This record gives sequence, structure tokens and C-alpha cells, in this order.
Amino acid sequence: MSYQQARWIEPLIFELSKQGRVGWALPGKPRERINIPKELLREKLELPELSEPEVVRHYTRLSQMNYGIDSGFYPLGSCTMKYNPKVCEELAALETASCIHPNQAEETVQGALELMFRLERFLAEIAGVARVSLQPSAGAHGEFIAMLLTHAYHKSKRDDKRDQVIVPDSAHGTNPASAAMAGYEVVTVPSNARGRVDLKALKAAVSERTAALMLTNPNTLGLFEDQIIDIAKVVHDAGGLLFYDGANLNGILGKTRPGDMGFDIVHFNLHKTFATPHGGGGPGAGPIGVQRELEKFLPVPVVEYDRKRKRYYLDYNRPHSIGKVRAFYGNFGVLVKAYAYILLMGAEGLNEVTEAAVLNANYIMHKLLGVEGYELKFDASGPCKHEVVFSTEPLKRETGVTARDVAKRLLDHGIHAPTYYFPPIVPEALMIEPTETESREELDRFVVALNTMAQEARSNPEKLRSAPMATAIGKLDEVKASREPILSWRAHRKLAKK
Amino acid sequence: MKKLGFIVNPIAGMGGRVGLKGTDGADIIAKALELGAEPVSPARAVETLRGLKRVGVKFELITYPAEMGAAEASEAGLEARVIGHITSGKTTAEDTKRAAREMLEQNVDLILLAGGDGTMSDAIEAIGTQVPILGIPTGVKMHSAAFANTPQTAGEVVVRFLSEGLPLREAEVMDIDEEAYRENRLVAKLKGYARVPYEPVMMQATKEGSTGYEFADQKAIARWVFELMERGCVYALGPGTTTRAVAGELGIYDSTLLGVDLIENYKLLARDTNKQQILKVIGKQPMTIIVSPIGRQGFILGRGNQQLSPAIVKRVGKENVWVLATPHKLRATPTLKVDTDDAELDREFRGYIRVITGYRQTCMIKVV
Repeated sequence: MSYQQARWIEPLIFELSKQGRVGWALPGKPRERINIPKELLREKLELPELSEPEVVRHYTRLSQMNYGIDSGFYPLGSCTMKYNPKVCEELAALETASCIHPNQAEETVQGALELMFRLERFLAEIAGVARVSLQPSAGAHGEFIAMLLTHAYHKSKRDDKRDQVIVPDSAHGTNPASAAMAGYEVVTVPSNARGRVDLKALKAAVSERTAALMLTNPNTLGLFEDQIIDIAKVVHDAGGLLFYDGANLNGILGKTRPGDMGFDIVHFNLHKTFATPHGGGGPGAGPIGVQRELEKFLPVPVVEYDRKRKRYYLDYNRPHSIGKVRAFYGNFGVLVKAYAYILLMGAEGLNEVTEAAVLNANYIMHKLLGVEGYELKFDASGPCKHEVVFSTEPLKRETGVTARDVAKRLLDHGIHAPTYYFPPIVPEALMIEPTETESREELDRFVVALNTMAQEARSNPEKLRSAPMATAIGKLDEVKASREPILSWRAHRKLAKK
Repeated sequence: MKKLGFIVNPIAGMGGRVGLKGTDGADIIAKALELGAEPVSPARAVETLRGLKRVGVKFELITYPAEMGAAEASEAGLEARVIGHITSGKTTAEDTKRAAREMLEQNVDLILLAGGDGTMSDAIEAIGTQVPILGIPTGVKMHSAAFANTPQTAGEVVVRFLSEGLPLREAEVMDIDEEAYRENRLVAKLKGYARVPYEPVMMQATKEGSTGYEFADQKAIARWVFELMERGCVYALGPGTTTRAVAGELGIYDSTLLGVDLIENYKLLARDTNKQQILKVIGKQPMTIIVSPIGRQGFILGRGNQQLSPAIVKRVGKENVWVLATPHKLRATPTLKVDTDDAELDREFRGYIRVITGYRQTCMIKVV
């Protein structure tokens, strides 16, 4: 192991400020004075004053103390942190994509509308649904829209008794949250010993009050819900809808489609499956697809094509629509990147994405099976999909070293931590998703690191408990960080005054 | 041939139905009798033996005289070798201890002990872990991990132990201070360890108490229960901190932690009630029972809330039994159990039950 992240003792940019220092001086004075009402005028503008090289060095140093998919392996389970091809970024940065304004007249943005029109159809084909809305701007936003669509659907059938949404205990926390936000009562069904939905529990849970089942397939254990046809039947027979959480779509691209499994509403995370940048609060995109009978409820506007006039237009005239869910048309820049990615890969390429992602996860699973200290809590009999959840419970029992210690120690190897303590049904969980973009050498490095740590836990557990050491920032006081987060200069100053 | 020792504490469990939370001490026994308590332990012990007889596994049964084993054996139709002496009708903890010691001298392979936490504590005080022991749950409190789930499963564990052998493990023997318990304080003490046949599904786990960060979840549950409550219906609130949070949500702060309280129109109707008092109310008004599983054991009926007798539960109906549990508690209690002393009623509860786990949040949990 030889890794050391940059560790600059870098002051805040405000602390680097020197009065009167100028980076760029624009020639002359503004010709026009705008009359701003007096009460809105600020007397002092508190901006740092630095030269251009000072600014560049400051932010370069900060970036060196950061870690991202461009700096190394990022096996963050359920988040699909795959490499983001730079060509997609280039395309999204083109003037024709980045310098258009949402208020421009339709005839001046025909290309942008065509891109959205075509992306929508690509996604519909990939998921096996009739129609897609590109509006939702995040995964959980898509889930929430799905719940609103569910509500609109039942309401249109004059079925107002349906106030419950069923969620398996392996689901992402956003599922019950989205259902609750939409006003539904949440019913949890447990997983069986194979890590799949307990069909008997599901049968006991459905009733005339069931509005929908929210399901991720493959589920958060990285296992395919192989009883999906029966599951769909149970829910449909009870009059409920099936919602597909697209978090794990990377495990089935081109192999099977949610629509073919019986799902009525499908959501996508473009920032996961379709390689647009991910994390740091966005921007993401969580398009939502529906089957034919739900189409009329989709949010406005949708992009349509007028064959006679040969032009694309935004259709707001949809009387059954749930309405507007976002300003303008979604995160357009993200849509451009996802569109470019799909064209880049082609149908065959997307197929290979899933094959490589699943192969990589299984490679790691087989390399770690049998390493003393790690174990699989559920079905270890067959292959996993694109991710695998190990439990470090045996290691904890033997040495007291926890999954979190392991995750933090991985940082010292220059590898981002897997998702840990999720899903909650696995004690001491490490959720590993290598994605398709990693080489075998990189996967081996990860396996070696985990092997080393299993030994280290026995010989020198303190090393794991005090990790990370090789990073810019060491072990955090997590309680303080969550209770008193300092996320702005203003908050920092406030605290300093205290 | 394997030797099975069999000891019954005949007075165990008598305090439960009459709301006394235990039967330790002579004055409490007297009070229980005064309240009309009837022996429950012998009948439950007989159930275990009947199961053994049905299977027809071969063993030598060694037991203590009269109500401490011989009577139960003969009622179950099993032949037994009787040792020792007692004063019938006046048995005490000393008899349990002596019986356990004499079983040890007889080199039995396993002692089958019918009683509660107090009885188990007495037995291991006498013999420690020298002889494997298995508890038939017949007491009021059974916080120890040395008891089978029900008298029937006790029989099944014994059969497996005698016929195919089961691994042994050390199980915690707990007892709680009954005096404190009656004053609403739960003081559980680790009395020692017993060596018990290990059969995870059929054996009770030790009771796991609620932890601090559960308060938020309990409050969320309580809020929803409050919203679900209807005027005119009487709510029988069972023991536990989760159910107590419901009372708190209603502004009732003098509810009992360990008894059954009755609530009507958001007000306390009766505090710390017994079977008779509850039955009296049922005759007049609709009732809903609100219970919470006991720690990791997962019992929702029949342990710690025996006041809610089978007759009461039957009249209220399964659909009117609300089960509350925080997600944290459920994680340690993956399945729930009922042991109401009425096999038919227990069967009715088997399958999946909806457990309230938060505000407008439920979870389907299996009752085994």
C-alpha cells in the first residue's frame, strides 16, 4: 500500500484576501447606471480580493484534497459511480447546448427539443414502457412523481380507498419517504432467507387499500427478484400498481426490461446508469416512464412532433396531467450527456455494460468468499448482479473491528469506501458495486486491500480503528459534523465569533 | 436409556392472571389465592409430557412427588420413578433446589423444569451448569433464555435432545425484582447461566430492553395510534415502554409500565387491571388491545401480559389486536410469538400480522 492524498494547510479564500488586490480589471466604467431602489442597495460587498494565480492555486489545491471517480476506484454500492466519458461533457458544453435559454421560442431550439424527443424514446425502449417524462431532476424526485401518478391513476378509477404503498425491507430509504411525502401509509414486507421479497408476506400485505408496490430489481442486495412475475400478479390482482426503482438498472440493461416484468411505472437515474456525473448534490436527472394507461397523467410539458409542420413542440395541452413538477424542462445539460452516452454505446454497448458490471461484481464476490471475517448473509448459491453485499460481522465478533473501520481504512489504500451499513437488513454491511468501467487490475487491488485488512484486524486492529491516516482529512467527529455542520463562510464566521 | 429429570413448581404463574406480575414469596401467594388465582403450572407441564408420550421416544422419567411432578406424569400417562419428599400444598423454593440437587445425584441427562424465572434461578443456584436444563414456560415472567417458547415446543426440544442429540449452550438466567416490578421499575438481574439444549427457533432469546434512541420512533408510533383511536372504544394498553409512549401521547402520565391499563375517550379508565376487570368492560363496549412484543423474545401475548387472557383476546378478535414495535426492536425480533394458553387461539395468530412501526408506517411480521 502506498497512497498519500495531498494535505495542504490551505486557508479559506477569505483569509487569503488582501484589500485592493485585483485579478481582472475591466476597462472603463459602465456606461449606464441602473437605478436600484435604495433599500436594496448593499453598502459593503464582502468578496475576497485576490490575483488570478492565487485563485487558481487555491482551487487546484482544494481539488487535490478531493476524491472522485477521476482520481480512483469508487465502489459505492447502489450509487453506480461509473466513469463519466469526457466526450459527453464536451458535447454538453457546446454553445448550442449550454447557451440556449428555456424562454427561447420553440423554432429556435428545435435541436434541443429533438434531443429530448429522441432520448425519451431511447429510455422507453430500454425500460419497456410506452412513454417517458424527462422532467424529474433527481432520483427521489422521480419516485415522488411516480407516487403522484399512482394517485392520479386510482383517482381516475374513482378508487379512493387506496392509501397504502408496500415497500420491501431491502428498499432504498427514499422509497418509503417518497410514498409518505405523497400521503401514503407505508407497509413494509420482509425479505425471505434468500434475500428476496417474502411472497407470503406480500400476499398478507396486499388489500383493497394497496396503491402500489415499490421495488428495486435487482434489489439492494444485488440479487435478482426471480419471483417478479408472481410478485407482479399478486399486486395487480389486488388492484395495485408496480413501481420500478431504477437505481439498479445497470444490472439488467439489454438483458430484461422492467416493462416486461410487469412494472407500470419505471424510474431512471441518468446520473447512475447513463454515466452523467453523480454526487455532490447534483444536478441529476430522474426521468419517469409509464405504461400506456398511465400516459395521460404524465407531467407537462412533453415534447411532441408535428408531422405536418415538421417541427417539435412542447405540449402543455394535457387535461389529465398531474401538472408541472419542475421549472422548464428538466436538467437539460444532464439529458445531453445521457443522450450522448447512449449513442456512444449503442444497443450492443449497453448490453456489454451490464455484462461487464455483473462480471466485475461476481469476480469480487468470488475473490472475497472464503476470506475469514467476511461473509454473505443471504443467497450465496448463485451469481449476484452488478453489486454484492458482504457482512463483516464475523470480523467484528472476532476482533471488534467494524464495517465502518474497514470502509475508512480502504481510504488509506486510495480506494473510495463502499456503501456501508446499508441495506439495514445486513448487519455490518459493505455494499460493493465495482461498475463496468474498472479493470481487472483495479479489482485485484481492491480484493488485496480487503484481504490485508482482514489480517490487519487481527494483528493491529488499532490501525483500522484510527483510519484514515493517508487522506487530507483524518477521522471526523461524525456527531459534531452532523450536529454543527459548517457549510458556508458565514456559518464559519458565526462559530468563530462564539 | 437416557434419563430425564422432571420438576414442576406448582405455584408458578399464579400471580399472572390476577395482575400480580409474579408469584414470589408466601404473602404474594396468599394474595393471589385470595384474588381467586388457580394453579396454571401443572396443566402446562402436563402438555409438554403429553407431547413426549405421543412421539413415543424411549427414556426413563425421574420426578419428585405429588404436584412437583408425579401427579403431572400420571395425568399425562407416563410412568415415572419418584424420588424425594415434599409437604404437598406447601412447596417452596427450597423444594425446587433440593429436587434439582437430587436429580444431579441421579445422573439425569436433562432436567425439564416447569416454572418461571424465579424457579429457574433457584434450580441453577443449586446445580449450576452441571446438568443440562430446559424450562417449560409456566411462570409469569420468563426473561431467561433457558425456556422453550411454549410447553409444546419444550416437548419437541426434549424429543430432539433425547433422540438425535442437540448441542448445548450457556443461556442467561434472568430474574426481575418483583417488588420493584409492582412499583413500575424493571430491574432485571442476571442470576447465572444454565446449560440448555440449543434449538434457536424453539428457544427464547434473552429479553432485550429498549434503547435510548428508540424514543423518537416510539413517539411516532404513539402519535399515529392516537390518531387511529376512536371515541366509545376501550383500549387495553399492555405493558412496555412503547405502549407507555401511547399513554404519554394522550397526556396520561400515571399509566403502568408493566400492567394493563384501560383507556376510553383519550382518558385513563382503569389502571393496572386484572382479567376480571377487563372482562367486565368487554361485556359493555367494543375493545381494542394494544400490545408490544417483549424484547427479543417477540411474545406479543401470554408473556408479561397474562391479564389479557385467551377469553379476552378471543372476544376482542385478532383484527382488534394492535401490535406496536420500533424498527430497532423488530430487527432483534424477526418473528413474533403468542403463547396464550389456548392452542387454538395461538394457531389463529400464526401467519403474518401487521405491526405498527412508525407514523403511518406498518410492517408485515411473521407470528410463529
